[in-house]
Amino acid sequence: MVNDRVLLQMSNISKMFPGVKALSNVDFDLRAGEIHALMGENGAGKSTLIKVITGVDKPELGEITLEGNIIHPASPRDAQKLGISTVFQEVNLCPNLSVAENISIGHETIRYGFINSSDAKAKAKQLLKQLDVDIDVTRTLADYSVSIQQMVAIARALNIDKTKVLILDEPTSSLDAYEVRKLFDVMLKLKKNGIGIIFITHFIDQVYEVADRITVLRQGKLIGTYETNTLPRLKLVYSMIGKELENLDSLSKMKGELTKRTEVEPFMQVKALGSKGSIQPFDLEINKGEVLGFGGLLGSGRSEAAHLIFGVDIPDSGTLTVNKKEYRHLSPLKSILNGIGLCPEDRKTEGIISDLTVRENIVIALQVGQGWFQYIPMKKQYEIADKFIQSLNINTPSPDQLIKNLSGGNQQKVILARWLATHVKFLILDEPTRGIDIGTKAEIQKMVISLAEEGKAIVFISSELDEVVRCSNRMMIMRDHQKVAELEGDKVNLEEVMQIIAGRSELEKA
Amino acid sequence: MKKLNSIIQKLGSNRLAWSMFALAAILLFNLIVYPEFFKITILDGHLYGSLVDIFRNGAPLMVLAIGMTLVVATGGVDLSVGPVIAVTGAVATSLIGLEYGSTNTPLFLAVALALGVAALCGFWNGILVSRIGIQPIVATLILYVAGRGVAQMITNGKIMRIFYEPYFVFGSGYFLSLPVSLYIVLLVYIVAWLFTRRTSFGLYVESIGINSEASRFTGINEKNVKLLAYTLCGLCAGIAGIIISSNVKSADGNNAGLWYELDAILSVALGGTSLSGGRFSFAGSIIGALIIQSLTTTIYSTGVPPQVIMLVKALVVFLVSLLQSENFRKMIGSLLNSRKGAIQ
Ligand SMILES: Nc1ncnc2c1ncn2[C@@H]1O[C@H](COP(=O)(O)OP(=O)(O)OP(=O)(O)O)[C@@H](O)[C@H]1O
Ligand SMILES: [Mg+2]
Repeated sequence: MVNDRVLLQMSNISKMFPGVKALSNVDFDLRAGEIHALMGENGAGKSTLIKVITGVDKPELGEITLEGNIIHPASPRDAQKLGISTVFQEVNLCPNLSVAENISIGHETIRYGFINSSDAKAKAKQLLKQLDVDIDVTRTLADYSVSIQQMVAIARALNIDKTKVLILDEPTSSLDAYEVRKLFDVMLKLKKNGIGIIFITHFIDQVYEVADRITVLRQGKLIGTYETNTLPRLKLVYSMIGKELENLDSLSKMKGELTKRTEVEPFMQVKALGSKGSIQPFDLEINKGEVLGFGGLLGSGRSEAAHLIFGVDIPDSGTLTVNKKEYRHLSPLKSILNGIGLCPEDRKTEGIISDLTVRENIVIALQVGQGWFQYIPMKKQYEIADKFIQSLNINTPSPDQLIKNLSGGNQQKVILARWLATHVKFLILDEPTRGIDIGTKAEIQKMVISLAEEGKAIVFISSELDEVVRCSNRMMIMRDHQKVAELEGDKVNLEEVMQIIAGRSELEKA
Repeated sequence: MKKLNSIIQKLGSNRLAWSMFALAAILLFNLIVYPEFFKITILDGHLYGSLVDIFRNGAPLMVLAIGMTLVVATGGVDLSVGPVIAVTGAVATSLIGLEYGSTNTPLFLAVALALGVAALCGFWNGILVSRIGIQPIVATLILYVAGRGVAQMITNGKIMRIFYEPYFVFGSGYFLSLPVSLYIVLLVYIVAWLFTRRTSFGLYVESIGINSEASRFTGINEKNVKLLAYTLCGLCAGIAGIIISSNVKSADGNNAGLWYELDAILSVALGGTSLSGGRFSFAGSIIGALIIQSLTTTIYSTGVPPQVIMLVKALVVFLVSLLQSENFRKMIGSLLNSRKGAIQ
């Protein structure tokens, strides 16, 4: 149904930030009834382009037309009135309002001057149903996981009758395969209705699955706009990162070496750890020099399990044994002192400390481990920050940039750096590659395996199954807030894992 | 026009610059309408003059603002500092006693105990906020209400005069031609700066004020950090209380430190520390305190009727806050831009 009618046209857009040229002379057009992917490395300027369209950022230069008319939206609300509906990269909903309120706020059905809450609930339910999300819409948003919150944000964007343009900035970064499928179904339906969709993602497969055209940005410059079916993948990757992607064979070899090691030395023993309403009691052994993957659908309890182990949530049953001591529960500080770290999933609320600099965000966990009075000297702080800015390829004008001014993926890298900088012996990585570009993603996976090679214990959580399977020696599979299986050696393969996740009963297996 | 606009934008990003600008403006105003203002005379080797008065009279507020800065930076507020000032004065006075020229308790001990009581008050606030989880406004309101009662109980509901001369040194003594209270401010500032910037305490405070959930994930012990911040704020109120009671040579449960909590919060806000917590600057708060104090002094010295004082104060605070507001600067900016467009 792609017709060539241009819906949205941006020409010669430039946007500067102090020390950064985020966009320089970028042209972009969106046709009616097309899905147009916007791609590029972390910090390439994708989100900035979106913010320019939606009036969050004002460009120094350039012009935007919608259906031939020049527009100057001053705010996302303005843009919405023009028919441009947006899901931003960082979900900006109100965590302490209910799901229904979040979806309906700004376009309430007003009757006799009052918000009609039963209408709002029904509407919210129906919108979420399109996405196959069945939740209690009267509960506060904060009660739900990142992925559900993402779905709510999408549902909210769909709650507009006269949408012409739908913008989705990395909507799939925290979704699992099934949820992605549902989102794509909805996108394809909207496309049929003549809506133009801008879709940002770092997943190449997803782009080839749904996008009609692809526009690539690099360092704020337009590299080109291509028809998806005439652009080979290698060429896409090349235009994004300016070089060939290393293949991942070395990764499986590294992992092979790791698996071959026979002697395992336990680091932590988890016995019957559980918490009512969040996760059923489970046993787990965490060994040095091993990558242990947590697999399962979103909401299956992987992050909850991590939180119980690290002690940000307090378990109501079971014990943890570490360094020959048995604990009923840990706390973040106790964990750190015992050499345990957790890189959290939700970077906006649990990760970044927005008004601190990149340097401060990187050293803070290390500092906490050293105590109040052993303040890390400035020179050392800069050394550490510079080291990780280099090795993780963090795109920032300086270590003194406030983290909130970094692009989403670069913020993620900083949070990861924060934990890599600590000298923990056991590191839990909850979606460490979320929103990270393909070039760095492979680097991080390699880093994870080499950390294990150095003798650290790693727990690796990711909704991208490929990634977990590629890196893990052993896997714990969870379903419905319960541990359902543990796989080792050859059993750690995609097929096996998918089957168990999908619900093959233990009996059948026997 | 364009230049003005760019200056506004540039200055804008630095809130400290705005408060210095405001302070300079107030002083300049004085210079114009009241040239005597800047006159400094030396009498018996002591410096006198309106400028010196600003520093001397502003000393308690500056110390108070330093403590308040810490609490505000954690995302809280301490409403009880005024009453704590009264309590401290009362404790010190009653320990010293009413005899002419002698004291019941060694001076050092009396001051230390009084400061201890003040720190205890802060500790109490800290417990309510960090362990029991009461909202800071409500938690400190408890001591705000109770504090003056306690002070009055200690002084038996009367204004207690002090006749022990060595005690007066804190509020009205001089050292090397400068008021002793100035040295106290300097000392408190240096110790506070070292304690927050040469240990990780300052980083923790800011981190909690910005995002307490993320801070919890980094292992920061939010409870202890807050407890310490409130305790130190109480201690600062105590130091201010000693300076004040030493200056007026008495303890007045009813009036000592009256309205100081509001001035302290204003100082912090004027100094550029956001009341929602996060980044803080002691230097900024001190400048904020100086703005408020010089405003008071100016108003007195220009003979404005006292009823108007509050109004003028409010007006200046309003103006400075406007200049610090990003939204307001944007509004001005686009206004200037559109004017420029119209001219062309
Ligand atoms: N408010 C800001 N202040 C300063 N610099 C900014 C600001 N917003 C974005 N930038 C910079 O602009 C550049 C482009 O950022 P943008 O968020 O558009 O990247 P992106 O392509 O969306 O990356 P990602 O894949 O990580 O989301 C980055 O270098 C970023 O640091
Ligand atoms: Mg982005």
